[in-house]
Amino acid sequence: MNTLDFSILAQSWPYLWSGLLFSLALTAAAFAIGMVLGTCLALVQHFEIPLFAQIIRGYVAVIRSIPLILVLFWFFFLVPIVLGHLSGNGRPIPIGATYTAFITFGLFEAAYYSEIIRVGLLAVNKGQFEACQALALSTYDTYRHVVLPQVLRVASPIILSQTIILFQDTSLVYVLSLTDLLGAASKLAQLNGRLVEMYLVVAVAYLAISSAASQCVAALRKRYALATSR
Amino acid sequence: MFGVLFEQTADGQRYIDWLLSGLGWTLALAFFGWWIAFGIGVVVGVGRTVQNRFFSILARLYVEIFRNIPVLVQMFLWYFVFPEVVPTALGDAIKQIPPPWASFFPALLCLGLYTASRIAEQVRAGIEALPKGQIEAANALGLSGYLTYRYVVVPQALRLIVPSLTSEVMGIYKNTSVALTIGLMELTAQARQISEATFQTFSAFGAATIIYLCLALVAYQAMTFIDKAVRIPGSAPVKLTAGQDLAADMQQSGALPGAMEVVK
Repeated sequence: MNTLDFSILAQSWPYLWSGLLFSLALTAAAFAIGMVLGTCLALVQHFEIPLFAQIIRGYVAVIRSIPLILVLFWFFFLVPIVLGHLSGNGRPIPIGATYTAFITFGLFEAAYYSEIIRVGLLAVNKGQFEACQALALSTYDTYRHVVLPQVLRVASPIILSQTIILFQDTSLVYVLSLTDLLGAASKLAQLNGRLVEMYLVVAVAYLAISSAASQCVAALRKRYALATSR
Repeated sequence: MFGVLFEQTADGQRYIDWLLSGLGWTLALAFFGWWIAFGIGVVVGVGRTVQNRFFSILARLYVEIFRNIPVLVQMFLWYFVFPEVVPTALGDAIKQIPPPWASFFPALLCLGLYTASRIAEQVRAGIEALPKGQIEAANALGLSGYLTYRYVVVPQALRLIVPSLTSEVMGIYKNTSVALTIGLMELTAQARQISEATFQTFSAFGAATIIYLCLALVAYQAMTFIDKAVRIPGSAPVKLTAGQDLAADMQQSGALPGAMEVVK
């Protein structure tokens, strides 16, 4: 059993920090893309728009049934081809692992968020829609000002829990050799041979961030539960 | 489109044999990992609900630690760090394990313990969803704490949570793919290997995707069948902990939610 030596941290923390910032940026971007797109996907299913609703259902089912790593591999392969076709000359456009990660996580999370929002939409009381009709609100106004705010509010604890899982899942960009928090640690570990210290530090960092975030969600949920039980 | 799968590989097999061997590792990991997870999950879940402060804090700690570290990081901890921090003799013995098993056992341990923390939360939700009268009746009959849990609380709680365990089953078979990072040649790794060997990426990933979809379908059908077989007549299924509030709100507003799965 070798003795642990954390002095290596003193010189390596700027690199780890930049890795953590990448993880957080990826989480934030995937959250933003995922929420906007997910809401759209949920609404298309909610309105039963022909063809699109079926395609989206298939997309969500497939994405939720296969591992994220396989999704990352798929997008790494497919996105350049699709972009090539969109640009017109048909030749694949390589975009690099970083953009692939952002696109993949955005589209992947959209499937999960859309499922949460879709179920949330089912939960809205019928009376809300009837009241909107009685007030002669347009469909757009009904959803924009009455229905969606309620859905987002009710679903916010689940959406946030999902986002914490998303933050943990960003570590999987390791398979694309990107330098997120884990990627930074693993590259340093290979350079200086301090595998044990590096991976322990990363584990503690993830643990601290995720459990702090979970505590916040739990507090929010409690507050929200009080607010509705009045 | 999948013709390439039946071509000869450099080692005299066909590519489809690579995929099937990957599928074998994936299934073995998911199956054995599930039983480890289920066993530990039930014990820890019970621990979350007992009066004894020592056990409840211990169980809470377990759940917090294993749920808040990414699976991939846990995988590295078991594979790289664990042999280094145990006594040297044991560490050396672990490093002597021959190749496929040297990746398989850490992956099995990692997935089992990680999934256990998620199952523990489901079990706790199931136990808390039971009417208080059950435990009071058990007390009134003079059952000890152990007997109450063994014969009254746990069997009922497990029957309640079958629907939400479905998402954990889906979670564990998907998480088996993380084992490729420590060198286990499971399904996703084999698909990537075939794509690199043949440049038929579409066929290779397509075949793997179809296999995963079939697995998901089988898992879903099996869990639905189990749920039907053991459902307590007249009971509403208990939702995921993460989904509990939403589920409760939805029941208040009179709509019955579909299964909420927020697990990858």
